[in-house]
Amino acid sequence: MSGRLSFYRFSSPAAFYPLAGTIGKVSALIAVVLLAIGLYMSFFVAPTDYKQGEGYRIIFIHVPSAWMSMFIYLVMAFWAGIGLVFNTRLSSMMAQALAPTGAIMTFIALWTGAFWGKPMWGAWWVWDARLTSELILFFLYIGFIALQGSIDDTRRADRAGAVLLLVGVVNIPIIYFSVKWWNTLHQGATVSVTEGSSMSTIMLQAMLIMTFAFWAYSVAVAMYRVRSIILEREKDTRWVSELPEVRR
Amino acid sequence: MFSAFRIIVARDLLLAMRRRSDVLTTLFFFVIVVSLFPLGIGPELNTLRLIAPGVFWVAALLASMLALEKLFFVDYQDGSLEQMLLAPQPLSILVLGKVLAHWLVTGLPLVLLSPLLGLQYDLSTATITVMMFTLLIGTPALSLIGAIGAALTLGIRGGGVLVSLLVLPLYIPVLIFGAGAVEAEASGLGGSGHLSMLGAILLLSALAAPLATAAALRISAE
Repeated sequence: MSGRLSFYRFSSPAAFYPLAGTIGKVSALIAVVLLAIGLYMSFFVAPTDYKQGEGYRIIFIHVPSAWMSMFIYLVMAFWAGIGLVFNTRLSSMMAQALAPTGAIMTFIALWTGAFWGKPMWGAWWVWDARLTSELILFFLYIGFIALQGSIDDTRRADRAGAVLLLVGVVNIPIIYFSVKWWNTLHQGATVSVTEGSSMSTIMLQAMLIMTFAFWAYSVAVAMYRVRSIILEREKDTRWVSELPEVRR
Repeated sequence: MFSAFRIIVARDLLLAMRRRSDVLTTLFFFVIVVSLFPLGIGPELNTLRLIAPGVFWVAALLASMLALEKLFFVDYQDGSLEQMLLAPQPLSILVLGKVLAHWLVTGLPLVLLSPLLGLQYDLSTATITVMMFTLLIGTPALSLIGAIGAALTLGIRGGGVLVSLLVLPLYIPVLIFGAGAVEAEASGLGGSGHLSMLGAILLLSALAAPLATAAALRISAE
């Protein structure tokens, strides 16, 4: 019982603030280490692809960012749902803190996809299902950020954003399948949970390391951002004014 | 519950009839956008026939989006929205009534006018029929989905631009299946699959969108 209580203690911004700092620092460290290993592996250890040449190495950035872009949206929707149901302030702050990272990941996925598409398909952009749905995901992120930004009352901004995120989550599968049936040109999934992977092991390892690096990066950035949001929203409280970094 | 629904629909229709210019604005926006495309692309009938489904659907999307602003705004301003929030009937039913009235005023005229515009694009009778049918199923779904965006942006500065940012990505499936059905029918493949999907989207949005809109209205009116 006491264990559960101490866990829920962190739903209070004041209790979470120092913890977020620790998690942020640790994740930033993990991200740097994994990024160094992952980049070394993807550039020097992984063999050249027999069909796509050196250009395929873009997937070591492209796939992790695409995965993160979708995952972060789900995490945001999770926090938004918790915030809407239990009225916890911190959950909404988490959703708000994750949004820019998610948008950046979507943008990186689109950008690197264009770089990959030019040599492989001969076009910067094709109207293919996955590209299109990633673009739509980008619009959804921008919509969320814009909605939060244009409402001054934080409570209303949080709750309106939460409704938008939940509506978006319901819509994402519909959008994905509609776009998929509309047109498909993208190569099939290379990594699949059920069928194993058709990549060489070393490539897969490099990609997974890069994925964890991106993951750790997202956690670190979100934690630092949530700390700023906490400080901004709680600036009139006593505990904030007693923080050493604020008093200075 | 049903009487409340009926009363809301009748009230909104009456209000719309007293301000006919609002209705006509949306309709003429649709007509003008559709008529602009041949001017931009050229009067080649083969090209026009090819792009007609996309043009009609995008124009319908934009017209429906523009009309959203008025869906809750007047009620929000004069305080009758707060009365609806306080009413004993479920808010989602009242929302459904408002959306239905809104569609009858802004969506249905568009559907009825589309055959005339279809003739401008030299579409065959069969294609025009399918297009009318897709618009008939699709535009209510647009109004339902758009109501969520309208409720979320109620009373926000710059709400009109924001609502397009929120709502247009959610409109995409309707656009794909709507225009897809017309295209499939025109190329002889048969559009029944697309039409079924469009019907499914309409049913799903009729079930879920009023609930989300009601939640959004409660947040906005706090």
